[in-house]
Amino acid sequence: MKDLKSQASKSTTPGKGGLTPEIQSRIGHQLRAMYDDVVRQGVPDRFAELIKKLDAPGGAPQVETDGGSNDNNNGRD
Amino acid sequence: MPLTESLRNDILAAVPSLRAFAISLSGNADRADDLVQETLLRALANIDSFQPGSNLPAWLFTILRNLFRSDYRKRRREVEDAEGNYAKTLKTQPSQNAHLEFEEFRGALEKLPQDQREALILVGASGFSYEDAASICGCAVGTIKSRVNRARSKLAALLYVDGAEDFGPDETVRAVIGGSGG
Repeated sequence: MKDLKSQASKSTTPGKGGLTPEIQSRIGHQLRAMYDDVVRQGVPDRFAELIKKLDAPGGAPQVETDGGSNDNNNGRD
Repeated sequence: MPLTESLRNDILAAVPSLRAFAISLSGNADRADDLVQETLLRALANIDSFQPGSNLPAWLFTILRNLFRSDYRKRRREVEDAEGNYAKTLKTQPSQNAHLEFEEFRGALEKLPQDQREALILVGASGFSYEDAASICGCAVGTIKSRVNRARSKLAALLYVDGAEDFGPDETVRAVIGGSGG
């Protein structure tokens, strides 16, 4: 087996401030890993409820477009 | 436009990435969620000013970023002890090695100037185009590009200046090496 090849391709030592493609992709990878960790947590209940509760901003009755027989009374607390 | 069912769903769908953005900006999970909450309240109160068909996530990110910026000026000194708090927000507990690597990365990110950090996150993690990122940050596209480049260079200098050695094998490989009794 020839390990020479893998050694040769390992010439990725960066100079000061130099950005090899390998390092660029490593940064991108870590950045996304950190970010996606939070994204995967989904929508916490507090926000789902908030948006539901405030679906009629300023007290304006919400317009139901799907023709349902929902009677949308405004008697909220 | 009025808050239709589908618009509400779109706002909900943007919440996870808004949180991720808020945490990356503030480094503090509790504060990040407050920011998201305030963002949602503003968005819903100003929903009339949202242009139908325009980029909803970009609109929401703009609100959040502006809130953060005004907030940040008020209490820029309080942000220091972020890391432990941030780690608590993670659902999957990373392995020891991954955790160290993560902390190191996180610490380096914190050292970037605010402008560069947000540009890098918007483009590199949130997946916005340079154009969208520029409109979110209220600056020119070229400015975003150069901020992203400077951010990358600085991270590389902070993390990898002594060569790729530290980041040699995969964390799994390292875990095996570390674990196989020495």
